[in-house]
Formats: sequence, structure tokens, C-alpha cells
Amino acid sequence: MSKNEGVIYRISGPVVTATGIEARMYEVVRVGNEKLMGEVIEIHGDQSVIQVYEDTSGIRPGEPVLSTGQTLSVQLGPGLLTQIYDGIQRPLQTLEEVMGVFITRGVDADGLDLEKKWDFVATASKGDDVLGGQVIGTVQETDTITHKIMVPPKASGKIKSIKSGDFNVTETVCTLEDGTEIKMMQEWPVRHPRPFSQKYAPDTPLVTGMRILDFLFPLAKGGAAGIPGPFGSGKTVTQQSLAKYSDAQLVVYIGCGERGNEMTEVLDEFPHLIDPNTGKPLMNRTVMIANTSNMPVAAREASVYTGITIAEYFRDQGYDVALMADSTSRWAEAMREISSRLEEMPGEEGYPAYLSSRLAEFYERAGRVETLNGEDGSVTVIGAVSPPGGDISEPVSQGTLRIVKVFWGLDAGLARQRHFPAINWLSSYSLYPQSLNQWFRDNIASDFPEVRTQISALLKVEAELQEIVQLVGSDALPMDQQLTLEVARMIREYFLQQNGFDPIDAYSGVQQQYAMAQAILTFQEEAKKAMAAGARLQDVVNVQSRTELMRARFAEGYLDKIGGLVEAMVAEIAATAEAN
Amino acid sequence: MTSKEYKTITDIKGPLVFLEKTEPVAYGEIVSIRLSDGSEKNGQVLDTSDDMVVVQVFEGTEAIDRKAGVKFLGDVFKLPVSKGLIGRILDGAGRPRDGGPEIIADENADIIGAAINPYSRQSPHDFIQTGVSAIDCCTTLVRGQKLPIFSASGLPHNDIALQIARQAKLRDSDEEFIVVFCAMGITAEEYNFFRSDLERTGALENAALFVNLADDPAVERLITPRLALTAAEYLAFEHDYHVLVIYTDMTNYCDSLRQIGAAREEVPGRRGYPGYMYTDLAMLYERAGIVKGKKGSITQFPILTMPGDDITHPIPDLSGYITEGQIVISRELHQAGIYPPINVLPSLSRLMGSCIGEKTTRDDHKKVSDQMYAAYAQGRELRGLVAIVGEDALNERDLQLLKFADIFEDKFLRQDRDEDRTIDETLNLCWELMTNIDTKYLVRLDQELIEKYHPEEKKA
Ligand SMILES: Nc1ncnc2c1ncn2[C@@H]1O[C@H](COP(=O)(O)OP(=O)(O)O)[C@@H](O)[C@H]1O
Ligand SMILES: [Mg+2]
Repeated sequence: MSKNEGVIYRISGPVVTATGIEARMYEVVRVGNEKLMGEVIEIHGDQSVIQVYEDTSGIRPGEPVLSTGQTLSVQLGPGLLTQIYDGIQRPLQTLEEVMGVFITRGVDADGLDLEKKWDFVATASKGDDVLGGQVIGTVQETDTITHKIMVPPKASGKIKSIKSGDFNVTETVCTLEDGTEIKMMQEWPVRHPRPFSQKYAPDTPLVTGMRILDFLFPLAKGGAAGIPGPFGSGKTVTQQSLAKYSDAQLVVYIGCGERGNEMTEVLDEFPHLIDPNTGKPLMNRTVMIANTSNMPVAAREASVYTGITIAEYFRDQGYDVALMADSTSRWAEAMREISSRLEEMPGEEGYPAYLSSRLAEFYERAGRVETLNGEDGSVTVIGAVSPPGGDISEPVSQGTLRIVKVFWGLDAGLARQRHFPAINWLSSYSLYPQSLNQWFRDNIASDFPEVRTQISALLKVEAELQEIVQLVGSDALPMDQQLTLEVARMIREYFLQQNGFDPIDAYSGVQQQYAMAQAILTFQEEAKKAMAAGARLQDVVNVQSRTELMRARFAEGYLDKIGGLVEAMVAEIAATAEAN
Repeated sequence: MTSKEYKTITDIKGPLVFLEKTEPVAYGEIVSIRLSDGSEKNGQVLDTSDDMVVVQVFEGTEAIDRKAGVKFLGDVFKLPVSKGLIGRILDGAGRPRDGGPEIIADENADIIGAAINPYSRQSPHDFIQTGVSAIDCCTTLVRGQKLPIFSASGLPHNDIALQIARQAKLRDSDEEFIVVFCAMGITAEEYNFFRSDLERTGALENAALFVNLADDPAVERLITPRLALTAAEYLAFEHDYHVLVIYTDMTNYCDSLRQIGAAREEVPGRRGYPGYMYTDLAMLYERAGIVKGKKGSITQFPILTMPGDDITHPIPDLSGYITEGQIVISRELHQAGIYPPINVLPSLSRLMGSCIGEKTTRDDHKKVSDQMYAAYAQGRELRGLVAIVGEDALNERDLQLLKFADIFEDKFLRQDRDEDRTIDETLNLCWELMTNIDTKYLVRLDQELIEKYHPEEKKA
């Protein structure tokens, strides 16, 4: 028996042990008579321990195991966009064609359509010296995205021939003097970050259109954010809003160990939704990975790597990519499940001791970089975390918070009050404002950071006052503090609350966010003046024009109207003083 | 093929039997164990290697000794399925329990069940009217949804589940559900309650029951829901039925899972439950839904009792992370004599948005539901404040809201066990109750709706 064929010795759920095979760590192997795909994750002497990406029921010891010499890789090239894959990049549509509506096993499928012809336009010429990562041509993959064809990272040399025309992804479009043939498809091992020239400090926000995020807790392009929250608090709705509205050029959405219907919803919705930044269907910029909770756990473990490798590949083309992983806790649990089958020494709550380093390695793959082609590109990572019982003292939440610079903490209490997004404004934070302030000053308003500070200060004061109110009721507070409470209420109900399903208000541009914040501060100032002149708080609060100012955000063109609405409010508030 | 009998048991521990020197045994293979008194037990392979095989024995290992004979039956666990399942009562391992004949199989279906390809699912969107106001208005049920009842011991979750099973229908349609009922470790008394209710209403003829009771083997509970769901899938996707699966009590199921984990000396996760419990539960709950090209559907109503009324306990917690919402039963409301004691505040239907509105229920549904919810939430919060500062400290708005919370519980939540309210009746009731609050405080309603529906502001 040759060394690339061995036999199964043991099967325990998704973990299979083989003997007689000389495999390398993380090598892909084929397990059993049905040739199920697996990956070597541990080697002890003659035994190779394999995690299998499909159900292992019915497999017996003694069945063959074949090594392939490859590590777990993805196919990268034109055809990724609008696709939905499982955790190991098998297109779900192909699986449906082959197996019907239920996912059975033993089917291989290429990540890219190998037959489809793409119109390749060469941008480099014969005789050019090219390096790994350099762009040599383009393919218009969707309306909005030009797919750039690059020299594979490890190749370089002088171009011997290159031609434009219709090619499929495995045909050679360019040959180097040393004989290297460049095709539109590259393969890349998912557990290895793709190379770039250098990392930059982020200085541009990822604009999400969600007021609480952009205004109070901004995320930078190339940064990483964690969204922990108990079930039903809004992790998925928030992630989906980001996938819809954020100003990334490309989105990789990973449904990792979550509900099937949520992925179906994205599939139903995205082709019909228009990207506010390009005016084209959102689907055109989206790649989806769906390895739902009932699909094999080993493939769930792989899904986040598959996703981030695809994201990096588009970053290499100079794009700003945003990646959402819902939920990283399910990924961590997949690690825990495999680790426990390996009988590894468990760390905290049964998670493997390497949990936090895996989390760190994953989030480290985010970043704004200079690509090998000398362009600016970024991968922003937003990970949902599902802490048991909503208690974030657990290892996955803590491991995540140690790395990410943005924490959007979802709060069951707010969700129960139907305050959406249920992001707690007191416990959440972003460490980016310092590096992003300049951008906000230059692009939105020169006093943007100061306005933000005033708004967050009001929210902090409110929290302190609420404690007193709990004891004595709000009528017992002095008038100026009662006004502060009203202003804070306005911040919460008008500014922070934003229904993710409202056709208009779900997205709010930063310019509009600033105008709304200013409107609140104007209300505060005018109310103070009027009350000093004898107006009653109740009358000031009840002015009709303020209600109109607040309601008008649900209609189109709000940014243009807001100035007039604020003026009307100012006049009406001033009149309340005169009436007394 | 008659398979070989091995007498090579080395260890017996909890529900597990370990044996050696076998020919290659498949992972998941079904096992039959013959005891010295001639009786038989069944099991399944949990771990297999050249040296050692671990078998989980469904009926428990009592009376098994090292001389027992073990046969491997060459296949994974399968349920014989056919339309003949309808009207039958089977035990927790799928054998007739009603004295009737064996099921004549159209096919033998693997009970583990393959995952539905997410690309092949169809989003559920058909409104199911349960006739229970709290559910129809606030946590609307959709056909193909998995919506558990989070209850606790001593609360009337069974009555609610049965009321839903009796009353659930699509609006303006006579299409009925067939019920697949799955009992896991419930008492004989509870089971008789279900059975006689299904019998009384004639639903039993249109139901399939899988029954594992409290004194039946605990490990068998791990397969009972898989049998029930396999039957449901067959009826829904091969015969176009709309199937309502009620299973109770998930807490007993999870405890069996914990028992196996402990016997295998696995590293436990939270509160001793196995780390893979989320995945295991998902493999049940995710078997709800609708798929492309098939007429039938599976709607799931799992019932679980929260140990210590604690919603953060791993069983409700992991369930809530998988299911599409939850209906939470409240001890406090039950003690106040309100049936159904549904606490709408922590309850949620994640699919509600897709099935309510002008075309399906009524144009005012969403806003009315939001307003009822908001007013009740504020009213309940004020109860806490009043306990400290007294009613005198409240302004007029707060007083109205405080009173509304009582009205909500007494008039809206409370209904009879056989009271079947249409969605129109439910929404009209909401409007009538909201007349107890000044319209200027009904900020979630817009003027248009107020003029259309408000009993006192209605324009002719
Ligand atoms: N931003 C939002 N706007 C409106 N509703 C929301 C929002 N976030 C959450 N919700 C509501 O809360 C429910 C649960 O949200 P979801 O994101 O699915 O929670 P999680 O993923 O944390 O379990 C949703 O079905 C929706 O009703
Ligand atoms: Mg979610």
C-alpha cells in the first residue's frame, strides 16, 4: 500500500482516525468508500486525526483514506460574486441541482464555474515586468464590480504573452518568460492570510447608515468590531443592515451555525434591494457563506476561513470589503466540539486552550493595507457573539473584546422595550474616534467631534438622573434637570432608535445624522431660553413643530427639510415664553 | 444476512456498553443486545474503531452482563414510513403502542435527517390564526415556523399547546394541520390529557403520536423526536401535508443528552450539559420549514420547562438561539388567575413581519401590536415605581398606562380555553381597550389608522 492511501481506524462523530497514511497537517484527505472530504488536524505517530466535513454515519473502520497533497483551499476568480456557498465553498445551488433540497453527502463541487467564459481585458502588455499581486487585466464581473486579475502572490517575471478575449477561469490568459501560466483562477489555502505590502492605520469610517454606530461608536474601514448579545437582541438584524447599507464596495456574509431561514431571507431580499451607494442591486457586491447550525460542524469551523480568504482576495484588488460573521460563537463551539473529540485538555468552559489565539488570528486578518499592487484596500470584520445567557464574561466574548476596537453591546432590556437597534449606549465603545475625527471634520462638519461629545454627555447625565427618578419620581427634580431628561429622551427616541425595517429611516447618511444631532442641541438651547423667560417645560416639550421635526424622518428627503423644520420649532418654542 | 453475535463486552457504564474484537462496525449502526433471559435491547454505535466499539443502549443497561450477545444490524436507525402512520400511536422507539399492526413501510427513512439546503428553503409567510389574542396580535405564528413555548413546571403549557393545535388555521381556508405529537419523558397523566383531548376533538385520527413516558427508558428519548420529525418530513414533503409537530418536554430530552455525555466522560459545557447541545438541538429545530417545489410544511411547537423558571438556563437559552422566537409563559400571570398566562414582553415571533399587514391580516396589525406592547410594557414598569413612590407621584399619562396594564391582562390576555378569536376580533378588541388611553399618548399609531378604527374617533 502506498503512503497516500491508508485505512480508517476509528470513527467518533465528525472525527476520524486513519492509519498507514503519511499526511501533512491540514492536508485534505478523502475518507471512506464515499470519499468524504476531510482535513488532517492532528498527527500522533502513525495515526492521522481527520475532521470530516460531512456526516460520518455508516462509515466503518477499514475503509480507505486517501491523501490529496492539497491543503484546504478556495478557488478565487470571477464568479464569486452573488454566490452562496457552504463552509467549504461548495455552491449551494450546485448542491441542490445534484442532490435535491436535502444536503446528502459525497458530492464535490467547484467553487467557481469552470466552464463559463468571461471577457478578459488585458491591462498589462508583453514585455512588462510583473510581480506577485500585480493586476494584469480585468473582467466586468457584475454591474458594479470590476474583477481584477492578478499575478498569483508567489509568481513574478517578464510577460511573454498576454491576450484579451473570452476565457474560462482555467484557461491561460498570460504566460511569463519562465513558463509560468497565469489563469484567472487562483487557489489559496484558507488558513493562511494572503500577503500584502504593508498595513496602514485606519483613517476612514465604514459608514453604516446606523446613527448610533456612525455617530457614537464608529468603526473604521479595516477595523474589527464585535457585537455580543443574547438571543433576540438584534445581532442578525444589525449584521444584515450592515450588509445592506454600509459603504463597503464588497460584502462577504457568513452565516456560521445559525438559522437556515435567515440565509433564505438574504437570498430573497438582496437581489431586489438597491445599494444606496451605487444604485444597483445589493446582490451584485455580495458573496454569501451559509453553513447553518444543522450542517456539519467541521465545515462550520472552516466557514469563517473560507469567508475571510475571499474577503482578502478582493482587498488585494484594491477594494474595501466588509465581512460579517454571524455568529463567531458557533464557530468557537465547532472548535470546542472537535477539540473535545480529540480529547484535548480543555480550557475555560470546555473551549480549547487555543481559542483566544484563533480568535486573535482571525480578527488580525482584518486591516487596511497597501496591496501588492500598490493600491489601498481594506477588510473590515464584524463578528456577532452569542454569549450563553447573555453574560459576556464567557470566553468567546472576552477573547473577542481583547482584540476588537469596537464593541457594540446589545442589550436584552432595550430589545424588550422595542428600542432598536438595542445597542447599549453606556456600555458600548469605539477606540477609533481619535483616528477618524479628522475625516469627520473634513467631510461632515468641523465641530463634528464636539457635537458627538455633547450628545454622549447628555446620555451619561440622563443615566445618573434616572437613578434618582427611580427613587423619587421625575416631578421631584428641578426644572433644568427635567429638561435634560426630555432632551435625552429626544436623543433616544429620535436619534438612537432606528427601525432596521423602515423603508426610509433604516439608512441615515452621516450628514443627516449630524443635522439631527444639531436639531436636538438646538431644542435644548431654545428650551432653556424659553424657560428662563417663563415658559413651562410641558408647553415647550409639546410644541407641535417638534413632533413634526421628529416624524418627518420617516419620509423621503429629510436632510433637505430639516433646516426649515428646526426653524419652525425655534419660533414655536420662543412663542411659549411669550404666551406666559 | 444474519449477522454475527459477539460476546465480547468488556465494560458497562451508565447507558453505554463497550465491546472489543468485532469486525468493522459502522458509526451510527443499530445494535441488538440479547440478554441471558432471552430479552432484547436496542442501541446505536457512538464510537467505533478496530479495537473498541461503544454502544449507547436505548432501554438502559439494566440487567445486561458481560455474557450478553451483541449483534450489529448493518444499518443506521431507520423509521418505516407511509401514510399509514396517520392515526397511529407508537412508542418512543417507533413500535406500535396502540395494539395495531406494524407500519407497512413505503420506505425506510434515516431518522437523523439530512439538513435542508438553505438555498432550497422558502421563507415562511402564511399567517396562522391560533385564535389566541396574545399570540395572533403580538407573536404571530407563521406556517413553517419553529416557535417554542418556554414554560415551567406547574404552568398550563399543555392547555395552550392543545388550544393552538385545535384552533390553528389559515385565514379563509379550511386547510387543516395534521399533528405529529412527540412525548419525551412526560407523565402518563399528562400524556392521557393530550390523548383524550385529541380524541375528543377527532384530531387523533389525523395525528401520529410518538410516546416515551417518564417511566420509559431515558436514553430512548434521544431518538423519539427524530422519529417524529422523520414522520413529519415524510408526510409534509412526500404527501403535501401541513404538519404541526408538538414535542414535549425538551427539558427531558436535554437531560438524557447530559446523561450520555456524563457516561462518556466528556468535558461538560455549562451546567453539565454537553458542549454540542446547541448543534444537537439545531438538528431537531431546523427540521421545520418549507422547501422549494413541495406543497407541505413543518411547523414546530416544542415545549420546554425552564428549570427554576430561569430563561438563561442552557435549555431555553440554546433553544432561543435556534428557534424563530419564543412564547414565554409567566408564573406571575398564572398565579393572578389569568389564562393563557403569556408574558408578551419577552415573547417574540421573528417571522411575524413577513406575515402581517394589509394583504394578510389587516393594515393596522403592526402598529396596533406595537402600541399595545409599548403601553403594556410602560404600564408594567410603572407598577414597580408605584410600589415605591405611590400613585400620587404619577402624572395623568402614567396613571392611564398603569391602569391599562391591568386591562390588558384582564381583557386582552384572558380568554377561555375554547375561545377562538378571529384576527379581526382580536384587533378590534385592541382598539376598544386602547380607548382607555388618550389618543395623544398613543404615539405609535398614526392619525389615519385612528380615524379608521378608533371607536371614539372613527370617521364614518
Ligand atoms: N434594528 C432593528 N430594527 C427593528 N427590529 C429589530 C432590530 N433589531 C432587532 N429587531 C427585532 O428583534 C428580533 C430579533 O433580532 P435578531 O437580530 O434576529 O436577534 P439575534 O440575532 O440577536 O437573536 C427581530 O426579529 C426583530 O423583530
Ligand atoms: Mg441571530
